[in-house]
Amino acid sequence: MVTLVYLARLRESLGLRSEVVELPPQIGNVAGLLSWLRGRGGRWAAELEAGRAVRVAVNFDMANADTPVRAGDEIAFFPPVTGG
Amino acid sequence: MSVTVRVQTEDFDVAREIAALRARDARVGAVAAFIGLVRDVNEATAVATLELEHYPGMTEKALSGIVEEAKSRWRIYDATVIHRVGELKPTDPIVLVAVSSAHRGEAFAACEFIMDYLKTRAPFWKKERTPAGERWVEARASDDEAAARW
Repeated sequence: MVTLVYLARLRESLGLRSEVVELPPQIGNVAGLLSWLRGRGGRWAAELEAGRAVRVAVNFDMANADTPVRAGDEIAFFPPVTGG
Repeated sequence: MSVTVRVQTEDFDVAREIAALRARDARVGAVAAFIGLVRDVNEATAVATLELEHYPGMTEKALSGIVEEAKSRWRIYDATVIHRVGELKPTDPIVLVAVSSAHRGEAFAACEFIMDYLKTRAPFWKKERTPAGERWVEARASDDEAAARW
């Protein structure tokens, strides 16, 4: 199981704050996870579309497409940050 | 060196924070501080209030990491980073970055570096409420360029 967290604009447009899901065994990294989530279609496909500015953090560290994901991880999805 | 990193809804007292940063440390010859404020206009639209969201758990870790990076690049003694979240209005302070060092050059540089990295790496998001409705603030390319200088 992994915990997926959606923040800011993504939380609002997906209508979901977080969820706990069983990771399909073939998914080993962030790119695979994004592709799997896009497969849900609708807003998921639109919001997580390749080329859209979606940032990902794995276990509270900024991640990239190649960052591994495994059971027990917390993976967060969010737009580019705008603090300060 | 000690580091203070805080995320809070309440305002901060700049004089008190700088006094704590100096803490009678006679090695300190310079303190540089930056304070970010809420403006009443963004991209030609009036802003009534600003909602600051963050990612608890990651925020403090990201800010501490940025300060650690500054410590590895400049000889600084101490740093304070305070970022507010929740609802803010024009003229409210949002963020304080203060750095102590022996000399001003290191303090100025580290303070600006921390701010530039915070703008592009710390998980905060702003939503503006304007007379026309609410909108998420978009990230600026100029912030990425500012962070890339370092």
